[in-house]
Amino acid sequence: MTSYRLATGGLIDRQTPLSFSFDGKRMLGFEGDSLASALLANGQLLVGRSFKYHRPRGILTAGTAEPNALMTIGQGGRTEPNTRATMQELYQGLEARSQSRWPSLEFDVGALNSLFSPFLGAGFYYKTFMWPAAFWEKIYEPFIRKAAGLGKASYEADPDSYDKCWAHCDLLVIGSGPAGLAAALSAGRSGARVVLVDEHSAAGGSLLSETATIGGASASQFVAETVAELASLSNVQILTRTTAFGWYDGNVFGAVERVQKHVLDPLPAVPVERLWRVVSKRAILASGAEERPLVFGGNDIPGVMMATAMRTYLNRYGVAPGKHVAIFTTNDSGYALARDLESAGVNLVAVIDGRPDAGFRYSGRARVIKGAYVSDAHGRKALSSISVWKNGSVETLKADALAMSGGFSPIIHLACHRGAKPVWSDEQAGFLAPTGLNGFELAGAVNTNSGIAACLADGAARGAACVEALGFTASVATFATVEGDIVAPPAKPIWKIPGIKGKAFVDYQNDVHRKDLALAVREGYGHVELAKRYTTNGMATDQGKLSNVNAIGLLAEARGVSPAEIGTTTFRPFYTPVSFGALAGGHFGHHFQPVRESPLHDWAKKQSAVFIDTGLWYRSSWFPRNSETNWRESVDREVLNVRANAGLCDVSTLGKIEVCGNDAAEFLNRVYSNGFLKLPIGKARYGLMLREDGFIYDDGTTSRLEEHRFFMTTTTAYAAGVMTHLEFCAQALWPDLDVRLASVTDQWAQMSVAGPKSRRILQPIVDDDISNAAFPFLAAKEVSLFGGQLQGRLFRISFSGELAYELAVPAGYGESVADAIMEAGNPHGIQPYGVEALSVLRVEKGHVTHSEINGTVIPADLGFEKMVSQTKPDFIGKAMLNREGLTAEDRPRLVGVVPLDPKASFRTGSHILAKDAAATLENDQGYVTSIAYSPHVGSTIGLALVRHGPERHGEEVVVWNGLCGEFTAARLCNPVFVDPQNEKLHV
Amino acid sequence: MASLVPCPHCGARPKEEFTVKGAAQVRPAPDTDKKSWVDYVYLRENPRGRYEEFWHHTSGCRRWLVVIRDTATHEIESSCDAAFAGQTDART
Amino acid sequence: MKRHGTNPIRYSALSILFNGLRGNQAWTPAWRQPEPKPHYDVIIVGGGGHGLATAYYLAKEFGITNVAVLEKSYIGSGNVGRNTTIIRSNYLLPGNNPFYELSLKLWEGLEQDFNFNAMVSQRGVLNLFHSDGQRDAYTRRGNAMRLHGVDADLLDREAVRKRLPFLDFDNARFPIYGGLLQKRGGTVRHDAVAWGYARGADMRGVDIIQNCEVTGIRRENGIVTGVETTRGFIGCGKLGLSAAGNSSRVAEMAGLKLPIESHVLQAFVSEGLKPFIDCVVTFGAGHFYISQSDKGGLVFGGDLDGYNSYAQRGNLATVEHVAEEGKALIPSLSRVRMLRSWGGIMDMSMDGSPIIDRTHLDNLYLNAGWCYGGFKATPASGFCFAHLLAKGTSHDTTRQMRLDRFERGYLIDENGQGAQPNVH
Repeated sequence: MTSYRLATGGLIDRQTPLSFSFDGKRMLGFEGDSLASALLANGQLLVGRSFKYHRPRGILTAGTAEPNALMTIGQGGRTEPNTRATMQELYQGLEARSQSRWPSLEFDVGALNSLFSPFLGAGFYYKTFMWPAAFWEKIYEPFIRKAAGLGKASYEADPDSYDKCWAHCDLLVIGSGPAGLAAALSAGRSGARVVLVDEHSAAGGSLLSETATIGGASASQFVAETVAELASLSNVQILTRTTAFGWYDGNVFGAVERVQKHVLDPLPAVPVERLWRVVSKRAILASGAEERPLVFGGNDIPGVMMATAMRTYLNRYGVAPGKHVAIFTTNDSGYALARDLESAGVNLVAVIDGRPDAGFRYSGRARVIKGAYVSDAHGRKALSSISVWKNGSVETLKADALAMSGGFSPIIHLACHRGAKPVWSDEQAGFLAPTGLNGFELAGAVNTNSGIAACLADGAARGAACVEALGFTASVATFATVEGDIVAPPAKPIWKIPGIKGKAFVDYQNDVHRKDLALAVREGYGHVELAKRYTTNGMATDQGKLSNVNAIGLLAEARGVSPAEIGTTTFRPFYTPVSFGALAGGHFGHHFQPVRESPLHDWAKKQSAVFIDTGLWYRSSWFPRNSETNWRESVDREVLNVRANAGLCDVSTLGKIEVCGNDAAEFLNRVYSNGFLKLPIGKARYGLMLREDGFIYDDGTTSRLEEHRFFMTTTTAYAAGVMTHLEFCAQALWPDLDVRLASVTDQWAQMSVAGPKSRRILQPIVDDDISNAAFPFLAAKEVSLFGGQLQGRLFRISFSGELAYELAVPAGYGESVADAIMEAGNPHGIQPYGVEALSVLRVEKGHVTHSEINGTVIPADLGFEKMVSQTKPDFIGKAMLNREGLTAEDRPRLVGVVPLDPKASFRTGSHILAKDAAATLENDQGYVTSIAYSPHVGSTIGLALVRHGPERHGEEVVVWNGLCGEFTAARLCNPVFVDPQNEKLHV
Repeated sequence: MASLVPCPHCGARPKEEFTVKGAAQVRPAPDTDKKSWVDYVYLRENPRGRYEEFWHHTSGCRRWLVVIRDTATHEIESSCDAAFAGQTDART
Repeated sequence: MKRHGTNPIRYSALSILFNGLRGNQAWTPAWRQPEPKPHYDVIIVGGGGHGLATAYYLAKEFGITNVAVLEKSYIGSGNVGRNTTIIRSNYLLPGNNPFYELSLKLWEGLEQDFNFNAMVSQRGVLNLFHSDGQRDAYTRRGNAMRLHGVDADLLDREAVRKRLPFLDFDNARFPIYGGLLQKRGGTVRHDAVAWGYARGADMRGVDIIQNCEVTGIRRENGIVTGVETTRGFIGCGKLGLSAAGNSSRVAEMAGLKLPIESHVLQAFVSEGLKPFIDCVVTFGAGHFYISQSDKGGLVFGGDLDGYNSYAQRGNLATVEHVAEEGKALIPSLSRVRMLRSWGGIMDMSMDGSPIIDRTHLDNLYLNAGWCYGGFKATPASGFCFAHLLAKGTSHDTTRQMRLDRFERGYLIDENGQGAQPNVH
């Protein structure tokens, strides 16, 4: 005996059959089916295995809380493990596979675990697997990990696209059952902007499973008409297949729309999922109530199902759960199912009502047994009979399907996402949302209403009230009379059922049964949070939607207190699980972060540059020439050419900030540790910027172009940070200073022209006189170019140690100016050079970068003592510089390092040990911050920060790189390897 | 944290447009004693509740703001331009 | 060993067999629920991992058993119950490195020591790098580790690919250059750490008092005499604060202002999956890191939300950013679903390193500033704090973790970010 499709009925389209497969078995369903309803229609009761004992499991629910019917669907990069069959719409060609079973769902070896269940109780693994210690990683854990887990994820990249967007509205309504529809209607008719979301494929919620009528029309007709009216209102947006998964600060909701999860081949131009961030002035939660399972023996045998789920399969999908059905209920809702089953012609064996004094007068044919419990269900892979316990005696009834209803819990998750605690209500027999949620209201069943009429009325009233509070004129929507509505007032919950023989499950997926909870209490883990963590109850993919309240009830009984005292665990996002893809949107792969290209990018490309990532920038790294096969060949050539002739390097990525205003000089004087007040017009100066804690933040040159106009450069990496820092100083620290800042990094293309021939190359291009006399070292000014065709800024500054200039021109002219310089320089041997050569040149010259300025160095560490003004009353970082630790003699300080053997080399990140010292942390003297192969020196050279470094020039040390097994004898030396007298700069 | 931060210049904007720096403290006068400086740079009230802090509207008007926010509830009480933080009626 | 507390069943396969055959009715509570005594030699404020470990080692290593741990909620209700379970000792600076290595060594023998399987799993921690500069920084770090005898291996791109072929090697915005691997790093079942220490401490006579919130610190003549609590005054000889995210609040009761801000850090777990990733991996082009629990959930996290907070919940924008980083690192995560997110309160110190020290009050001791790295430190933190409480002097490995290091200028700043806690 098994489930089957009824000849008529349901909201499915029987004209459109859909072919699909389950574990390779071909089956047929109809348009409008869920995967779960189609499986049931095909008589597939067994759909999964449980986590620990591998017990056969069937479909339990018709919604998001489904713990058993988790399947893997899709192929390759579209593989989706743990898909709830109850939420997956059926489509032509769907291939579903069961999970966590071997070799097959029917014959699963893991089921042997059941035999050992007395030894596999809650937390058993905390008490064993400890000996011998090495066995954990090698034997026990691999075995446990292999056995654990649910579905198998793919390693293939997802071929589909995702999208993100914002929605702004006056009212967000979550859930489109009777309360949600009514709320949207009241609010929508007032003209307010309304967004209505529902997690299912069609709006209507529980109305789609109803046999009651509204004004004589079927509930589904009522839904169609209401949705049509809402859709006609331009101020209302209906998003189905959209789950609101989190409530965040400021009444912002996260929601995910499954745009193309119900098709085999998604359209490539359309995302498969879309993330919505909904900013709502008010929101209404109309999420309904979750029916609670009853905890009796064998309550997990396939064929046992939630009563409302059974009603959904019957009424919405036209699927009968079995031929001989029993209902076990603690409240009146069970009778709605009884009535519908009987009118569909299904044999109803009995209604077992836990209440001895149940007042509901059932008019059907079925036998009603009051004051009785189902103590055990029997069967292995399908239900065969049930034991009905009444006053100590047990009667066995044959049944192939059993519906259960243990009462209803309002679905309050979202209302608790911002920290408010649920409140237990004895009267409502459930946990209710806390009151006073700012801007978030509840309507319908989640607000303790029962029955269609009550939910419609509640929703309509709250929808109107919400928008009226926002200044709209709204009237409360009214509806025709509801016929055949069975209202189920809250009934006393039954936690502990007498006479149980078999395993009675609380958390189905995690195989937590009632004895596990008792054991947790016995062992001192009785606090609800400890019990959860010890037993894993509520930690399954449904996050306790079905199990938590039952667990709390059982804990309360075991501890002899009220559920109010037990309290709940914390509701946190996500209401239902959300994919990485949806949350990531388009930001993955190459589009993870944006790309910044210099204005000279195309010039560099023409020069066949090899590019390298530098933060978001692509910078030209080196420029290989014909015969060169190795990057070092190119870099060595570029370096030698700069020292012999000239080179052009793109330095546009440096941060550039325009500093203007009457107090600009005073401002710079306060943000740099060295003096800027007296910098003459037309001069550039190297500046050190400290943090308030005294450590160096950034460096760069700043030029005074006019009395009240400066042009600052920063390092590439810290450009944005320095700008923000300067704005802080100007706006928050010294708002009284007249200073204005503008980031102009992107406005200027800047190129370094370096080398002894650089003046000869530039002079024909620059209209102004740039002779040494007219334009000496550190000169800086606006210049005219190409006979007055263009204005640029020229700086005589040098990172390489050679005669050098930096020329800035408006970004759009960058490429043609660079081309012109290359052409003019061609007779002089100019070549482009990249950041690798730039780095070699600066290491040779002993110039520091953020490799040295690593956030833990102060000016004196780098030999910049003189750049710390002793006369300025104030600058950022001044106050902290004189601390003991910052003036200590043994701070690591900058030195040069050369290998004793010129053929030897070493790497950045190696440490420095005194010669013959043991390799211990205590003997660590410092570390290498930068290295380069210096064609000038003829060997690898390095910069290092070493204790007492400047006093140790000439000392032999070991460059220790144990990580790579390299130990190099070396000598500490002056960090300036080229032109220590700076003669070249002044020629 | 508020998903939206009210900027006195730009209106309520997504939090991701902003950068937070921390306690909106007053920088000591340059000649203040060392202890005050150490307090300023390193010690924090770190209150549970009302907190005045510096936020920068980095991807907006690029103004520094003083935002008064509750660290327990994340509710924002008000914000104003840091340059006018000392003035009355500067708050929105 | 003299047993003051409960005399619980020793955990073993045999005890499981024995009890299983008798219906599991004979298991006893893992720890008692004692009423507070009027006075203790030592009171620890905070029943998280660090507080419980401190009590455990006070009793076990230093013979001080008249100890109470006061917890305002249930034990392990703070960060030890909400973290991404990673252990490692891949630290750069001499102020940190020996301490975290001590911790890792204690992890290695912990389960046998306290007779509780905390599933210490040395699956390896791999820090990826995506630029020459990052490689250089990891080389420096790896060498600092090696100098202290800590295991460290530098993997090149191909070695990383061989181990984790499903990372994005073909279409990444920031290509993977290689990684620094610490094989001895790994993961631990976090809740079990709190429980194991609690049980071990209780067994040795420590009173673990839950639902007992400290509301005041009573002082007389510059000496702490005890604490006011929601369960009345409790006197003490020495008071140790181990209150993590609430450190500033508790310290304020003793007139102490700390170099600490409380920040929220989110963490996440996915739906259960069959074995997917076998080690801990960190993404160098972001803050993302990921591992997989024994139960099958992927456990991952990212950066701080960035603002001071005492609310244990995070921001959606950060969630999205974590997802972006995750998918950028592992493209096939796209269809994996996040199950749950949570936010913990991090006691972010001003240089990113912790404080284990005496205070301005003679018998008041502080253990705080763990930033987002407190879990891995649990054993050593407990051990060294116990050492300080018992002997009055710092353990060798915590000599630099002083409270006055900020004033004196001896910062332990691994990242070189300065006094800006939200970027450490």
